[in-house]
Amino acid sequence: MAAASDNTPVITVLYFARLREALGTGSERIALPAAVRNVEEVRALLVARGGEWKKALAPGSPVRAAVNQAVAAGDTPVADGDEIAFFPPVTGG
Amino acid sequence: MTVRIQTADFDVSAEIAALRRGRPAIGAVASFIGVVRDVNEGSAVAGMTLEHYPGMTEKAIEEIVSQAQARWSVLDTLVVHRVGRLNPADQIVLVVVASAHRGDAFAACEFIMDYLKTRAPFWKKEETGGGARWVEARESDDIAAGRWRLKG
Repeated sequence: MAAASDNTPVITVLYFARLREALGTGSERIALPAAVRNVEEVRALLVARGGEWKKALAPGSPVRAAVNQAVAAGDTPVADGDEIAFFPPVTGG
Repeated sequence: MTVRIQTADFDVSAEIAALRRGRPAIGAVASFIGVVRDVNEGSAVAGMTLEHYPGMTEKAIEEIVSQAQARWSVLDTLVVHRVGRLNPADQIVLVVVASAHRGDAFAACEFIMDYLKTRAPFWKKEETGGGARWVEARESDDIAAGRWRLKG
């Protein structure tokens, strides 16, 4: 995916299951501010929207993350074109 | 290794027959079938919908099967997991492991299932008399997966 014309990194963020329902969206594109370069910082950016975002993604809530379809930790780096996913603990099988 | 995510049901006999065809080295086949129960956490369940993360789900299961292949002597594996709406008594998941001897097949099959429960991105939403609810992850599943951790 191409960066925005001013070279701001752009990521795709996906939400699944309970989170998708609570947030009212399954996917969005976000232009990253300069200070946001890892998963925890993306999460904080979303929490700062307040309301349902704060409730669903607040620190301590049971949220898992993936970067480019691999399980990620808070300090996993995020770069232009990446696909970041947030979801609840899994319940398949 | 075959991993399939599908909405359609599966035929266990046909799947195992296809896996065994032309493979006379196979001496043992272990299989696990997960099924929708009509009750969970004290509530009657009329049905459920399974959501997944297309792309990551397949990759996660392939990684789990690769780990099983590294730990046990396995000749072939099949994992089929359904998504979409399911009714009580419907089949959800099939794990088949073929090996020369039963020990490897049993162990690898249970390992794959325990890891799938805690690592593969699927989410169940149940329909109960009180409305629809997302199934909560269980600590007992984490404990089951933790049993397989290598020591030392």
